Amino acid sequence: MVCESRTSLGKCCTLFLIGAFAFWIRVLVTLHSYSGAGTPPRFGDYEAQRHWMEITLHTPVQEWYVNTTNNDLSYWGLDYPPLTAYQSFFHGLVLDRFEPESVALHTSRGYETPSSKRLMRWTVLTSDAIIFFPAVFAFSMAFHHQRRFDESAWAFAVILLQPALILIDHGHFQYNCISLGLTLGAVASICLHRDYLASVLFCLALNHKQMSAYYAPAFFAYLFGKSIRKKNPIFEVMKLGVAVIGTFLLCWWPFLHSRTAEAVLLRLAPLQRGIFEDYVANFWCASSLVVKWKQIFPNTVLAYLALFATLVSFLPSVVQQIRSPSHRGFLLSLFNSSLSFYLFSYQVHEKSILLPLIPASLLILEDFSLYRGMILCAMFSMFPLLRRDGLVVPYIATFALHLLLLNVPFLEKSLSHVKERQHPSLKYMSDGLLFTGCLIDLLYLLIEPPPRYPFLFEALNSLLVFICLVLIGLHSHIQQWSATSTHEQIDADKVKMN
Amino acid sequence: MRGTKQQQQHELQRQQAQKPMNGLREVLWMASVATCIKMLLMPTYHSTDFEVHRHWLALTASLPLNQWYIDETSPWTLDYPPFFAWFEYVLSFFARIVDPVIVDLTRGLKYDAASAVYFQRGSVMCSDLLLFLGTWRFCRNFPLKLQILSYLAIFFSPGLLMVDHIHFQYNGFLLGVLLLSVSYLKEGNDLTGGIMFAILLCFKHLFAIAAPVYFVYLLRHYCHDLARFLKLGFSVMLVILTAFGPFLYYGQIAQVLRRLFPFGRGLCHAYWAPNFWALYNAVDKMLSYLLRMLGFDVVMEKAAMTGGLVGDSKAHAILPQITPGLSMFLVLLSMSPCLIKIWRKPRRDNLLICVVYAYTCGYIFGWHVHEKASLHFVIPLVLAAVDSVKVAKEYYFVSIVSYYSLFPLLFEPREYPVKMIFLVLHSTAMWYGFAINFAPQTQTSVKESELKERNGCMSLCIKKKMFIAGLVGLEIYVQLIHHLVFEERLPFLPLMLISVYCSIGLMYAWLKQLSFVIEL
Repeated sequence: MVCESRTSLGKCCTLFLIGAFAFWIRVLVTLHSYSGAGTPPRFGDYEAQRHWMEITLHTPVQEWYVNTTNNDLSYWGLDYPPLTAYQSFFHGLVLDRFEPESVALHTSRGYETPSSKRLMRWTVLTSDAIIFFPAVFAFSMAFHHQRRFDESAWAFAVILLQPALILIDHGHFQYNCISLGLTLGAVASICLHRDYLASVLFCLALNHKQMSAYYAPAFFAYLFGKSIRKKNPIFEVMKLGVAVIGTFLLCWWPFLHSRTAEAVLLRLAPLQRGIFEDYVANFWCASSLVVKWKQIFPNTVLAYLALFATLVSFLPSVVQQIRSPSHRGFLLSLFNSSLSFYLFSYQVHEKSILLPLIPASLLILEDFSLYRGMILCAMFSMFPLLRRDGLVVPYIATFALHLLLLNVPFLEKSLSHVKERQHPSLKYMSDGLLFTGCLIDLLYLLIEPPPRYPFLFEALNSLLVFICLVLIGLHSHIQQWSATSTHEQIDADKVKMN
Repeated sequence: MRGTKQQQQHELQRQQAQKPMNGLREVLWMASVATCIKMLLMPTYHSTDFEVHRHWLALTASLPLNQWYIDETSPWTLDYPPFFAWFEYVLSFFARIVDPVIVDLTRGLKYDAASAVYFQRGSVMCSDLLLFLGTWRFCRNFPLKLQILSYLAIFFSPGLLMVDHIHFQYNGFLLGVLLLSVSYLKEGNDLTGGIMFAILLCFKHLFAIAAPVYFVYLLRHYCHDLARFLKLGFSVMLVILTAFGPFLYYGQIAQVLRRLFPFGRGLCHAYWAPNFWALYNAVDKMLSYLLRMLGFDVVMEKAAMTGGLVGDSKAHAILPQITPGLSMFLVLLSMSPCLIKIWRKPRRDNLLICVVYAYTCGYIFGWHVHEKASLHFVIPLVLAAVDSVKVAKEYYFVSIVSYYSLFPLLFEPREYPVKMIFLVLHSTAMWYGFAINFAPQTQTSVKESELKERNGCMSLCIKKKMFIAGLVGLEIYVQLIHHLVFEERLPFLPLMLISVYCSIGLMYAWLKQLSFVIEL
């Protein structure tokens, strides 16, 4: 049906429908459970976010990151950068306006009334609609504008309906849509050649969640590579530097002013937590089945080891972008560097897979098999977490919905161009992963693991996903390095298609 | 060059249309998407109907057949025909495996643990397979675009999702059986269609409103000689005997019928279904209020016209009382044009619109009509709407009004954004779908007359636009202004306004359908 819409009204209507549908699916997911629902004494991420609203609302700025009588840091102390704190303050104001008890100091711990839950859910929904949706739209306009409308509309739908982000933000309860939306905005700005705006937006993303640093090498490499090709390279780099430092100064001003910036920095580096949590599908966790890293090395040594491994693994993609910066190569290097961080960096959480997943989804029209593999990896690797949150039903529903979206029977003709370009070995890997992943999920739901190995399924799951991620990472590195040579070819293809 | 290519494509489409498995992939895809959404709706609010159906599971599972229509363990006694009870009986086997408490007659009362909710919601989703089958069977020979449009309208109908998958009922599969029956008749397979309809009646007798249409049509179209008449009559009797025979044997048939037709209930349901009687009630209320203002002594009974369980009292203060007989007479009277039409022109193509019209009459003038009964005519109307722009406009209007009138069923704030966004989404998608479908195009293979009909653009007349704008205003009043003006006073007013306003729209839709029937 989409293929009929050649008029601009038809296009607007299609995009509106996709956006509204994606939003509605998010609303439906909010009806389900969330992290730590009704489980005192520490609850979960929902309580953490609510607690931050309480703290930022009732204590002065300089106390937000400091242990005081009003701010017990051992109970969900703020450990995200200042922009998250400001966002919590703002949302705290909203909650205070409608239901003051839900953010009252001290007394509101574990506060869960139906109305406060609705309010909390809507703070995420509105953030998503205000930041993430427009960013995806801008990206589609900027990067897919040469594509046929069917293709770009489908890509728009795939990025918006990507289930992992929906489940974590609107099921589990977090505000990834803000930092990822800001990053996406930065990517869109780069595609529109607005490098300063991109730097500012990406710095904002960094200041919302420090995890956005997974993307930093790619941004640095692309912008640096582009600057040194201009007339006045040093001046260009300095201009970007000013934009970055200015944004940081603005975000950190209250803490610099009150001389508590050091305390904030300490809160952001979670060295006291281990090298990985639970069963995350990265190198350290997978190899710890054989090598007990946590017992051999102290945390600080491990941190350096992880830093070194990460550096080595993202270096190739950085070098490639500095040598020949391009939009497609930039997206691939975003993917490669964030995947390196996920696989090798210190203190990785299951949810961090969202970071490589986003650039993979942006590449859907360029490299369908990469995205297909990634979404399967992301969903299967998050299953244990979502099961703990009581989100099995929305997990199945949104996952199935997304797989259906990837195979629309009446769009087959218009998408044949995209799907033909699938890498065969990656396709077989994805098929195998889909089958084994479903099997493990099913076993996980139905069978009690043997008492000797209580975490058998989690370990199997993370090992499986880790192997696939390594394969995908190899594939994307090859893609990125061959991008330089094939780039002209692709551009020629695009012209022919139109 | 281009023209020949299009012609070739049309030839191709036509060849495809002959294949019996046409559109199977599309229907499976749409059905799967719909099922995913239904899964997401699982934790939403469920009404007492959930407990009703749970109790019937327990009742059929734990009592012998001769107690089914006698038992009064719960106030929600069995009041659907026997096939539905058997359906619950079959489900109860699976329910027992999932959680034995669901089918426990006493311990299970008001049981709504997660296991029960997931099981029952799952059973509705599975039973919807019949809806998918029925729809697909009806429109598998349509061009692909029209098929997709029909699936979009039926599988993603906000009304069906709200009533079946949130409020909790089993309308989907019953409508599927209705569509199956109509699809057989459309193919000229009258005997199967008739039997299907008889089976449907033994599932839910409310569908019997279309029985006169079926009767006249089959009499005129199928029963050309006595042998055929006997064959049909015998088959239908066999179905009905299978259902009611056992109770005839136990001598309980009077008791069963008392359960099926509780005329003791009031003229209107707790929330007035937006039909003729809602207007009638409103006029009565207004008159009595006016007369009281003028100083007359008018006895007013509070909310006597309503009540889901019992309610048999003096209802109207000024206007004449309505009896079940009178209401039935009005239904038949309003239906008579279509009966005459189908008697004179018993054509296959006319049947669908006549069935739809019959259900509309039943809805407008019926006794103790539930607002959910509007699904009976809205859903089949889709299949007539994809054919002609004239019907499409009416369908579009009536679907919005009737879906909106179902909103009060879901009164909790949690579901408010769910239903609101969905209605906007669905109506936009349908408008867009119709607009594409009926967009002016030059096609060589379409017949001249058909072309004329299809070329009309999908834009609503000013009356309908105003009415829909009024709905938006009404919603704003109900949600915001009423509370600001009256605070806690007059709590019944918003619902009454919705019901009266929608009844004006649906009365108009009924008149429009009447004009279609007369034009046949």
